[in-house]
Amino acid sequence: MIDLLTLAVAMADLPLGITEGGSWFLRNAWLIPLLPALSFVTILFFGKRMPRGGSELGIAVLGIAFILSILTAAAWVDHRDNYHGEEVHASVVAVDHGESGDHAEAGHGDGHAEASLAVVSTVTWFQAGGVEFSVGTLVDGPAVMMLLVVTLVSLLVHIYSTEYVHDDRRYTHYFAFLSLFSASMLMLVLSENTLQLLTSWELVGVCSFALIGHWWEEKPNSDAALKAFLTNRVGDMGLIVGVSILFFIVGSALPDRFGSFSIAETNALAAAGMLPHTALLVAACCLMAAVMSKSGQFFLHTWLPDAMAGPTPVSALIHAATMVVAGVFMIARLYGVFFSGLSIGGSSINLMAVVGGVTTLVGASLAFVQRDIKKVLAYSTISQLGYMVMALGVGAWTAAMFHLFTHAFFKACLFLGSGSAAHAVHSFDMKSDMGGLRKVMPHTYKTFVIASIALAGLPPFAGFWSKDEILAGTGGWGILGGTGGNGAYTLMLVMGMVTAAMTAAYMTRCVYLTFHGEYRGHGHPHESGPRIIVPLWILAGLAMVAGLLNLPSGFQLAPGSLQERFGHFVEPVAGYFPTITHATPSWSLAIVSTLVVLAGVAVAGRYYFGRVEAASAAAGQSLTELPDGLTTRSALAMKGYTLLSNKYYLDHLYTGIIAGGTKGPVAAAAYRVNQNVIDRTVDLAGETAVSAGRFVYDKIDQIVVDGIVNASGRVSSDTGEELRKIQSGKVHDYAAILFAAATVLAGILIVIV
Amino acid sequence: MVAQNIAFAIMAVTMLVSAVRMVTTRNVVHAALYLVIVLAGAAGIFILLGAEFVGVTQVMVYIGAIVVLFLFGIMLTKGSFGDDDGVGGERRSMAVMVGALVLAVMAAALIDTFRDAELSRAQPSLTADIGDLIFSQYIVPFEAISVLLLAALIGAIVVARGD
Amino acid sequence: MYLNQFLLLSAALFAIGVYGVLARRNGVLVLMSIELILNAVNINLVAFAAFGNQLAGEVFALFVIAVAAAEVGVGLAMILLLYRNRKSIDLTQIDLMRG
Repeated sequence: MIDLLTLAVAMADLPLGITEGGSWFLRNAWLIPLLPALSFVTILFFGKRMPRGGSELGIAVLGIAFILSILTAAAWVDHRDNYHGEEVHASVVAVDHGESGDHAEAGHGDGHAEASLAVVSTVTWFQAGGVEFSVGTLVDGPAVMMLLVVTLVSLLVHIYSTEYVHDDRRYTHYFAFLSLFSASMLMLVLSENTLQLLTSWELVGVCSFALIGHWWEEKPNSDAALKAFLTNRVGDMGLIVGVSILFFIVGSALPDRFGSFSIAETNALAAAGMLPHTALLVAACCLMAAVMSKSGQFFLHTWLPDAMAGPTPVSALIHAATMVVAGVFMIARLYGVFFSGLSIGGSSINLMAVVGGVTTLVGASLAFVQRDIKKVLAYSTISQLGYMVMALGVGAWTAAMFHLFTHAFFKACLFLGSGSAAHAVHSFDMKSDMGGLRKVMPHTYKTFVIASIALAGLPPFAGFWSKDEILAGTGGWGILGGTGGNGAYTLMLVMGMVTAAMTAAYMTRCVYLTFHGEYRGHGHPHESGPRIIVPLWILAGLAMVAGLLNLPSGFQLAPGSLQERFGHFVEPVAGYFPTITHATPSWSLAIVSTLVVLAGVAVAGRYYFGRVEAASAAAGQSLTELPDGLTTRSALAMKGYTLLSNKYYLDHLYTGIIAGGTKGPVAAAAYRVNQNVIDRTVDLAGETAVSAGRFVYDKIDQIVVDGIVNASGRVSSDTGEELRKIQSGKVHDYAAILFAAATVLAGILIVIV
Repeated sequence: MVAQNIAFAIMAVTMLVSAVRMVTTRNVVHAALYLVIVLAGAAGIFILLGAEFVGVTQVMVYIGAIVVLFLFGIMLTKGSFGDDDGVGGERRSMAVMVGALVLAVMAAALIDTFRDAELSRAQPSLTADIGDLIFSQYIVPFEAISVLLLAALIGAIVVARGD
Repeated sequence: MYLNQFLLLSAALFAIGVYGVLARRNGVLVLMSIELILNAVNINLVAFAAFGNQLAGEVFALFVIAVAAAEVGVGLAMILLLYRNRKSIDLTQIDLMRG
């Protein structure tokens, strides 16, 4: 902390990497969240009277927001390279805590010589106790990218929903909350300070709760909504604590302010090494707790699969593309804090990377044993979020953001495709109600397969480029002769590779069970309408080509101008972003990862497309697994299967042991203490007071006090009674007294005088 | 000197005995007569002391008038003729005590103060000197006494009137 | 002659007079006891006059005699009135002023 013995505190001037000038769109980006917020209110109050129940307003507003986002992105593309305005500096107390020294200089080895200044516009909300609370927007690369993603996916989901929840019992309400969610998410990505981030974080949590429990009349749905909200609450404690810690340690570095919520200032100070390392570490760990709950990392991921109880478009929007990536986005936003706090640069293991890596494995392993198609996709989402967090943990920031970008498209496509299939067969159970749907739902089948390939990571689809960049970014390949990176995270590389294989395998399983074989259900499935098909194709198309936005630098097959377009515009080069190194991708890594993925596809393909297909033909009915499979032959395999199908017994732990233990013994003990100890103390106090009062009354008041009063009266009357006898009325007595008194007086006088 | 002492002794004893008899006799008239003896003895003492005028006045006024007045009073209140056995026992012991107390205090004081003071008179006092003194120095008390006597006279008449 | 013998004589008479006042029931006898007291005082006065060779004591004694006379007159008048109203001059019976 500040050395208080120095008489003159040295001040330094810290460039923050933000500016307050810029194009109109960049300065007024707050309009983009405002429109859906207004549509929320309007739909809520007037939606029932609209001809289409409020959905037309939602779609229109999201369309306008999407157009505005495109214009803002265009403005940003222009701004990023061509803006030469005034940069905002902060006057800080110059204490060097020995972290990364230079910042905002042209220290990148990849040719990003120009600094990109983010556009900040704020208004002061109120001031209290010397702290200024402001609301505003911070528009830079990641914010613009997220604007595009959120508005586009939200718009497509709106259109899709008009057919999916047609004739629903709460149609208007659904669209109102979709609008509110969009507004909250947009506010989150544009947040200028951590307080705003926190508020919109909570708001998206509330919308998630409302939308998961959309059909709350059935108890499992409301249970799932509560589980989601409460699990998120557990993590949010970390967010609140982390934000508070950051507020105060930033305040200690700013000379005349209590603290600051500003993201730019926090990151700049952290990146410049002016914040104490231990405090940053603690704050980073607290924020990690929030990320673990919101972005479904192990071990707070248990709410995500249950959240599939909500309508499928909701799952696509919230639990695949946007809300769950809020945690990833938060890490990306406050990357200065995490990079310094967790010492990401130059080490081989840290908390974030481990959590991310374990999550990928856990998610992928659990996806193998699901019957419900949405749950497969939910675990897949958990796994992919683990990839993003792991990428951030190894320092591959651009890779993580790019994966977020591509994942939004192909995961949303997968969810909407599963929704389409389920809408046709009126069930989500793959094993009992689906199968052979490729013949009757060709569009759904094709888009689903395209998105699955993108997810698995086969070139040239989007997932390959982003996943490969993550694997390169771990830096672990360098040991085997290859690339640079921020550290040597070999373990993460291994985890990533294994998971890639598993991803390919379970998606193959899912495709087979849903679309291949023979139809096992009882209805008459048919292809869905255009309002479902068109969004599916849009998203599938994006899943195919989005990867080309970030071709690795040095890629010989593409023109130089296309290389690293995404990274150039999205990654900040500014005072508020730490200096990170970028790994050089290598051909060998790309080939090995592709082979790993193909191996996964091959193993699963041989099992399902080969042996199960043959067994079905032999048995005359559509089978979903081999009757004499591994689990029936090996007890160990059966045990493994049981472990997986019980979700690693985590739900057991949370509900049964932790919650049940608190509800049962702890609550009973607390009740006993309350009744016996606390109540008895209070009763005792009362009884003591009563008996004291009674004692005082009986003994002291009645006997002593009254006795004294009575006695004084009695003494007076008795004395008077006695003295009265002197007045006998007889002269002799008076004379006797007279003479006696006179004599006595005379005697006294004689003696004395 | 010796003759005076003997005279004094006789008179003193007589007076004391008579006084004691006066306060203890049952007969009221006897008590009055004992008083006469005491008064006479007092007059003798006066003369012994050389105060001739006072002695004569004593005899004339006290014995001649006051005792007669007493006898008249005894006569007029004839309901109690002859009987007076004094007050009850308790009061009597109280009276004895008070009397004894008075005597003790005075005796102690007197003996202590005038142990062996001698009394010697050259000559008896002259009446003319007393007259001079009364009418020069003590004229005011003299006039006051006369007014007092007048008041007593009127008062006695008013009090004892029949209506 | 010693002064003290006269003084002691007067003291004795005084004490006897006090006894008489306190111990007599008849009102008249009480008055007589008072006369005894006054006489004792007279003896005292005259003794001191002889002792100091001055005449003031004798003059005072004359005045005392005059006062005694007046007092006896009024006193007897009251006794008579008392006798007239109550038919008794037993002082122990008079206690209307009792408290």
